[in-house]
Amino acid sequence: MSETMNFIDQATTFVSSHESQSKTQWLADFRLQQQTRFSQNQWPTRKTENWKYTSLNALQQANFNQPSQASSTIDESAYAIENLNAQTLVFVDGVFDATRSQLDIDSNASVCLFSEANEKQQALIQNYLGKASGNSSNIFTHLNGSLTHDGLLIHVAKGQTASPIHVVHYASSQTQAATAQSRHLFVVEDNAQAAVIEHFASVESNGNSLFNQLTEIELGNNAHLHHYRLHLEDEQMIHLGAMHANLQRDAQLNSFHLALGGKIKRIDIEVNYQGSGAHSDVNGVYLTKNRQHVDYHTNMEHAVPHCTTSEVFRGIMDDNSKAVFNGRIHIHPQAQKTLAELSNKNLLLSNKAEINTKPELEIYADDVRCAHGATVSQMDNNALFYLLSRGISREEAERMLSFGFINELIDGVKHEAIGAYLRPVIAELFGNQQHLAECDL
Amino acid sequence: MLTIENLHANVDDKAILKGLNIEVKPGEVHAIMGPNGAGKSTLGNVLSGRDGYEVTQGKAFLSGKEILELEPEERAGEGLFLAFQYPVEIPGVSNLEFLKASMDAIRKYRGEEEIDSVSFMKLAREKCKAVNLDQNFLKRGVNEGFSGGEKKRNEIMQMMMLEPKMCILDETDSGLDIDALQVVAQGVNSLRSPDRSFVVVTHYQRLLDFIVPDYVHVLADGKIVKSGGKELALELEEKGYGWIEGEVA
Repeated sequence: MSETMNFIDQATTFVSSHESQSKTQWLADFRLQQQTRFSQNQWPTRKTENWKYTSLNALQQANFNQPSQASSTIDESAYAIENLNAQTLVFVDGVFDATRSQLDIDSNASVCLFSEANEKQQALIQNYLGKASGNSSNIFTHLNGSLTHDGLLIHVAKGQTASPIHVVHYASSQTQAATAQSRHLFVVEDNAQAAVIEHFASVESNGNSLFNQLTEIELGNNAHLHHYRLHLEDEQMIHLGAMHANLQRDAQLNSFHLALGGKIKRIDIEVNYQGSGAHSDVNGVYLTKNRQHVDYHTNMEHAVPHCTTSEVFRGIMDDNSKAVFNGRIHIHPQAQKTLAELSNKNLLLSNKAEINTKPELEIYADDVRCAHGATVSQMDNNALFYLLSRGISREEAERMLSFGFINELIDGVKHEAIGAYLRPVIAELFGNQQHLAECDL
Repeated sequence: MLTIENLHANVDDKAILKGLNIEVKPGEVHAIMGPNGAGKSTLGNVLSGRDGYEVTQGKAFLSGKEILELEPEERAGEGLFLAFQYPVEIPGVSNLEFLKASMDAIRKYRGEEEIDSVSFMKLAREKCKAVNLDQNFLKRGVNEGFSGGEKKRNEIMQMMMLEPKMCILDETDSGLDIDALQVVAQGVNSLRSPDRSFVVVTHYQRLLDFIVPDYVHVLADGKIVKSGGKELALELEEKGYGWIEGEVA
C-alpha cells in the first residue's frame, strides 16, 4: 500500500487545495459533497474484493499534475472515423478543443460544456450530476467528482432524434506522467433517440499518463441511446473510468465497449433499471498483449419488474497480458419477470496470458429467468482444420479465427461506419492481414 | 493421380483402415461405398491430414508425390480437396474473406500471383450462381446458419473456386433432398475433366445416378473387398452389404 501513497497524498492534497478556483457555486457544492465521499472511501488494495485482480501499483509512477491547456500537436488521423456523419467534439488532455471540433446546430441535440451552460442546461446538470453514479463505491468515481470543474452535457429533448455525436478524448504527449480527467452527462428525454461515440486515443508511448473519465447517462421513458465507448489509447496509459446509466420505463440502452490493453485499464459499467420494461444490450471486447492489463466490472441493477439485460463480453489475451471480467447481475426482490443473460468467452493465445472471469448472479426475486456463462478456451480444432484443409497456413488460420471470434460482436454494432473503422484496427492487432478487413461485396 | 498403397490407420489406438489399396487415374471418378463403420470417413480425414488420425503403415501419392508426411495446408496446395461430411460453422469469418484467403494461399503455394479483388469477386458471384446460392451468403459467416443443403452446396462452390485436381467427397449426399442432390451433382459434373479426378464416398447408390462413376469399390472392415463398374452400385442397392461380407468370408 505504501508505494501508492505518493499518488494518494498528491490526490488528497490536490482535492483539498483545489476549492478557491471555483466560479460556479452549484458545481463547487457538488465537488464538496464528492470530496466527502472520496475521503470516506478506503484506498483499494488487492484485498478489496472489487480490485482483487487489478493492482494499482503502477499509480506510484503517476503524477497529479493536470494540464490546463490543450496541446497543439495532435494526430487527427488517430481518431477520424470515415462515413460516420457525426458532429465531432474533440477534447485534448481533458480540455475542449474548439478548433478541432465540428459542431452541427441541426443535430437535434443541445451540447455544451458545464462552464458554458445556459440556465436551462444548468438546471439539467444540477438535477442529474452525480445521480447515476450515486451508489458507486469506486474511489475514482469520487476522485473524479471532487475535481469536476467542467464537463460535457449532451441533452436530447422529448421526442427528438439526434444525429450521432462523436466525442473524442485525445491524450497528447504533455500528459506524460500527468493526469487528465473528464466528465460526461448524457440526458435523453422521453421518446428521444441519440447515438454517442466516446472515443479515447493518444500519442504513442504515452508513458505513465492517467485518465479518469466518468460518464453518466439518464434515459427517460422510452428513450433510446446507442452508446459506444472505445478505448484505443497507447499501451503505456492508465485509464480508470466508469459508465453509469439510469433507465426509466421502456428505455433502451445499446452500449458497446472495446478496450485494447494498457498499463491498467479499469472500466466500471453500471445499469440501473428504474422503470419497468427497460432493456439494455451491453456488449464488449477486450484485447490484450505484451504485459497489458484490462479490467471490466459490470453491474446490472434490476430494481423493478419486467426489465431485460443482454450482456456479451469477449476477450483475447496474448503474451504475458492479463484481463479481468466481473459481471454482476443483481435482481432485487421486487424485480419479478426479469430476463437477464450474461455471456463471457475468452481465448488465450499464450500459456502466460491470464483471464480472471467471474459472473456473479444475485437473485432475490422468484419469477425471473437468468442465464450466465463464462468460458476460457483455446482454438476450436474443427474450425482450424477446416481452414487448413483449404490451404490456409496454421498461423493465418489462427489469426482469422481470433479475428472472427471478436468480429462476431463487431458485426452486431448498429453503426456500420464504426464496424468498418474497428475491423482494420483489430486485424492489425492479429498481424496486419489485409483481406481480414476487406469483406465488402 | 492418387495411389494409395496398403494404408493402415488408427483412431484412438483402434485400427480402422487395415491395408487399403486404390489407384485413381486422371479424369476418373471412383465411388467408395460401404456399411457404417467400415472406415469411409476415416479415409478422407487421413488423406487430408486431420489431427487424431494416425497412419501406422502404407503410403499415399498424389501425382507421384508422397502426401502423408505433408501438413494439411500443403496437401491442399498440392491439389487435394476434401468436401466435408459436416462442414464447420465459423461465425465472424465471412465466406468471402475465407475464400480469398484460401485462394491466395493455394495460388501462392503453386507459385502463382494473388488474384485481384475485382476478378475474385466476379468469380465468386459466378460460382455462387452455379450452385444456386444467393450472393448474400458470401457476406455471411462461413456456413453460419446455413441449412444442410446450403452447407454442401458451399463445399462444391469452394471446390469450383479452388480448382483442385483430386476431389474427395465425403458423404456429400447425406441429408440432401433430391433437388439439392441434383445441384451438387451438376456442380461436380461441370468440374469433370481429363486432368481432374474424384473419389465419391457414399453410403447410398442414389448419388451415383447423378455422378456416374467409372469404378465402384466396396469398403468393409478397413479394406476394399470388392471392385467393379457402376453396375456394382446397383447390385449393392438391391442386395445390401451383407452378401459381400458373406462372399468375402
